[in-house]
Amino acid sequence: MIGEDDVRYVAKLARLRLEQDEVARMAGELAKILAHIDKMSELDVADVPPTAHVLDVVNVTRPDKPRPGLSREDALRNAPAVSDDCFRVPRMG
Amino acid sequence: MNSHRRPAIERGAEGAPLCAWEPVIGLEMHVELDTRTKMFCACEVTKGDAPNTHTCPKCLAHPGALPVVNQRAIEYAARIALALNCSVRPRNIFHRKNYFYPDLPKAYQISQYDEPLAVEGWFDYWVDDEKLRCRINRVHMEEDAAKLVHAGGDAGRIAGSDYSMVDFNRGGTPLIEIVSEPDIPSPEAAREFLQQLRNLVIELGVSACNMEEGQIRWDANVSVRPEGSSDLGTRTELKNMNSFRYLQQALDAEIPRQIEVIEAGGKIDLETLHFDPDTGTTTPLRSKEEAHDYRYFPEPDLVPLVIDRAWVEELRATQPELPAARVERFASQYGLSRADALVLGSAHALAAFYEEVVSLGVGAKPAANWTMGEYLAHLNAAGLEAGHGHVTAERLAKLVKLVADGTISTSSGKDVFARMISERAEPEEIVEKHGLGQISDTSELEDAVARVVADNAAQVEQYRGGKQQVLGFLVGQVMKATGGRANPQVVSELLRTALDG
Amino acid sequence: MTALDPLRLTARVAKRLLVDGEISSAELTKVYLDQIAAVEPRVRAYIRVTYDNAAKYSTKVDREMQAMRGPLAGLPIAIKDNMVTEGVTTTCASRILHDYMPVYTATAVRQVWDRHVVMLGKTNLDEFAMGSSTENSSYQTTHNPWDLATVPGGSSGGSAAAVAAGEALWALGSDTGGSIRQPAALCGIVGMKPTYGAVSRYGLVAFASSLDQIGPLTRSVYDCALLLQHIVGHDPNDATSVALPEPVALPSAERLDGLRVGIPAEYLAVGIEPGVRARFDETIARIEEMGGTCVEISLPHTEYALPAYYIIAPAEASANLARFDGVRYGHRCADPVDLLDMYERTRSEGFGPEVKRRIMIGTYALSAGYYDANYGRAQKVRTLVRRDFARAIAAVDLIASPTTPSVAFKAGSRTADPLSMYMCDICTIPVNLAGLPAISIPCGLSDGLPVGFQLIGPAFSENRILQAAHALEGAIGFAPAPTFCDSGVVAAAGERTEARA
Ligand SMILES: [Mg+2]
Ligand SMILES: [Zn+2]
Repeated sequence: MIGEDDVRYVAKLARLRLEQDEVARMAGELAKILAHIDKMSELDVADVPPTAHVLDVVNVTRPDKPRPGLSREDALRNAPAVSDDCFRVPRMG
Repeated sequence: MNSHRRPAIERGAEGAPLCAWEPVIGLEMHVELDTRTKMFCACEVTKGDAPNTHTCPKCLAHPGALPVVNQRAIEYAARIALALNCSVRPRNIFHRKNYFYPDLPKAYQISQYDEPLAVEGWFDYWVDDEKLRCRINRVHMEEDAAKLVHAGGDAGRIAGSDYSMVDFNRGGTPLIEIVSEPDIPSPEAAREFLQQLRNLVIELGVSACNMEEGQIRWDANVSVRPEGSSDLGTRTELKNMNSFRYLQQALDAEIPRQIEVIEAGGKIDLETLHFDPDTGTTTPLRSKEEAHDYRYFPEPDLVPLVIDRAWVEELRATQPELPAARVERFASQYGLSRADALVLGSAHALAAFYEEVVSLGVGAKPAANWTMGEYLAHLNAAGLEAGHGHVTAERLAKLVKLVADGTISTSSGKDVFARMISERAEPEEIVEKHGLGQISDTSELEDAVARVVADNAAQVEQYRGGKQQVLGFLVGQVMKATGGRANPQVVSELLRTALDG
Repeated sequence: MTALDPLRLTARVAKRLLVDGEISSAELTKVYLDQIAAVEPRVRAYIRVTYDNAAKYSTKVDREMQAMRGPLAGLPIAIKDNMVTEGVTTTCASRILHDYMPVYTATAVRQVWDRHVVMLGKTNLDEFAMGSSTENSSYQTTHNPWDLATVPGGSSGGSAAAVAAGEALWALGSDTGGSIRQPAALCGIVGMKPTYGAVSRYGLVAFASSLDQIGPLTRSVYDCALLLQHIVGHDPNDATSVALPEPVALPSAERLDGLRVGIPAEYLAVGIEPGVRARFDETIARIEEMGGTCVEISLPHTEYALPAYYIIAPAEASANLARFDGVRYGHRCADPVDLLDMYERTRSEGFGPEVKRRIMIGTYALSAGYYDANYGRAQKVRTLVRRDFARAIAAVDLIASPTTPSVAFKAGSRTADPLSMYMCDICTIPVNLAGLPAISIPCGLSDGLPVGFQLIGPAFSENRILQAAHALEGAIGFAPAPTFCDSGVVAAAGERTEARA
């Protein structure tokens, strides 16, 4: 069962910052949803292969041929912060 | 330093010998492929262009963009796998490896996990003239991260920088990961392994493995165990290195550190270390609580790759000659010693240079001597790659022929070689211009011989008294007098005539 | 120009009027822009109406009639705001993409643009398509034109409401677990989810990659086929897209002779509202009158489909939404202290509660130690769900069910309980897990609100579904139009919530 420590750990992995009250609420909600999901454990699936894809398709590739991409202006158009034609991010601490 | 065969390090406290330790090293290498386009998009793979000029919605991970696999990258990866004697698996899938970092635009790397391209191979490499075998665990395909530049503060370092900048030109370049088993017995062997593996990849024509551009990088796992034991100790990981020298230095620092910890009754922590070449020490890179939880799962945007047997065989049949085979061939075809064949045959560029010299009508042995001697010394001094030196194979061949046919002496030949670099001219021109041609004309040499006989009465006496070996000294004197240009055979004949007659 | 009723006009008729010169594209477009002006303040279907573009482009189509001819030319359309449109902001109804200006256009949108449709605007949705009521939009709540106090369904609630309210001739939506069919059902229009892979996902902002499909929301089955014809096909930018084995045909069937229809017992056992059940039973009776045969079938793993979906979709979403990190586009928090601070605050400010909830579930399900019990098991359940369909489809031609267990519910009535909201999709989710095509058509009213009837077919049976749905549509003769009434506030979870109008 999911506890507040799990919620904090998962939030950290997902890079979400949750306030303490959110952690508590989230723990309750996730517990309910996961209890519902736990229904799957009724099934014996030991010999069932997983489905990652419904498509019966393999080997979709492309030739190694360059195609023009974005201009630098377009690449940087939506950037929240730019420095020297690069995407700028805060110090990595 | 211990040899690779006896890597055990003897340790004793206060003179009492304790047990001997041996290191166990495994390597994980990343090689950027020289495809024209990126792994999952059609952006051109380039070097040194202005930042963010080779991007598209896919490699910038814009919302809604999807990856499509580069066909050529699969071929290149398979060629590496085959050269490493791996079995190429018939079914391949890609996984997402999830973590946040500014150089990873999707916040996941498309990589391979439990169904990689190839597994269970081996790589034979030499340390000195002994062949060692390292098992290869796997070869898989993934995509490279973008380039991060840290600005402000301590220039170029994360620590203390004010901010960082991301250039996505490199982001998404096809990357091959090669994971070895922990079979490497010493730092020296690790270095040889990497150099020879690099040569192999270059040979395949799938990557230039340029070190400065970081086209080949590696992590080293290292542990120690009592000599002769087959158990594996807890390992530490030395992350992201791209210099052979630092690798060896780092291992030379880390191995004794582990031994000290264990002998002091401590335990090795499974951790990632950073090697600081300035201090020569290793320090932990990140703590365990931040241990990565990559949440791998099958990439739903890509379909499986089913690798056709016939295609693999076709690749196998069209592999270039690999360094190991070439070394064997050099030894048998050219009658070279194993050591010489290793020097000349291990790396593509030098081997090609050597064979070009031979193909221009030069004897295999003199070609080998000149290539390994003057030419290699020149490359090392100038820091150049074979084939990029200031002496072409054609000129070297001409030079060797001039020596062989007696036009110039061996010592003049070295002089000519040096001048070929400084003057960038043909050897004949240099010989001509500086009058370096060998003097075989007896009339030109008789004067010098007469003078030497006259000036060295004591030695002449000794020779006549039966001390044959003094002749060599006298020949040397004539050579000296002629600036090394005299044909030594003609000189000794003239001397004999003068002294015996 | 004849007076046109946007609440009844179909694309089929509009196209004929255009071809016959009875109306211009500009006039047709104005009909919708006028209707938007009239009802949008109450319905709030659009996040952005592209007035200028629509007016200008329709005039251009009229002017360049010769060059811009084609089956869709001049017909106005609405696009769900999770498909990227170059030059027109795309928000996914999320604060994290506020003002995001796409640098490319989704393939499905490109296909209709290339056929000279006139884009009216971008429609509202649950943030990142996560929801079943369009109440999870960060910008506005969309209201069901049949009763403004009720939800239009979701996540394509904006597209469905726009078509139902006469604010668009037709629309594109996306369906991950019912997001086209459920709102189509609640709004009394036609909505189709094609076979997984039939329509390119390139440029559809990914929610759950292995489940997402783009499809049409229209006022008739014929229109649905007409629009679908032009958006299907393999796209080199989407490795999971495939060419249909046969082209989509415009349906003309009037009878259902010989059609075998299976009714899954499990779908009727999930608490279907009596009014919905009554309309469903009437429609089944009608099928038999029209020459079809209806038999009960079993899809035994139905009750496990929902739990599997609520692992698979959030797991994929947790990775798909990781790219919203404040580095390359979208929201970034103010004055971040460092990188981690930027990531966490950007994402916490940018995502709404339901999106966070699903990211959390998905991250948890993939995290170390939980994968096998969650994601791994869900993928196996997915196999069982697929096998259920494969077995059932072997004995029948199509499968029929109510699209939703209930008619449109009051806004705010389910927001407090995520699980009750998830139950809306009990009849639609298994179809996405199996990747099958399915349509929802209106089959009558219950308490004055529309009821949807779902037809599911085997993979790539779009034509079979469209023909049957077309025949059935004719027989049902669904005629009422929404009245924009407002039944007022609703009591939810014990407290009174205001229905925002
Ligand atoms: Mg890797
Ligand atoms: Zn690109």
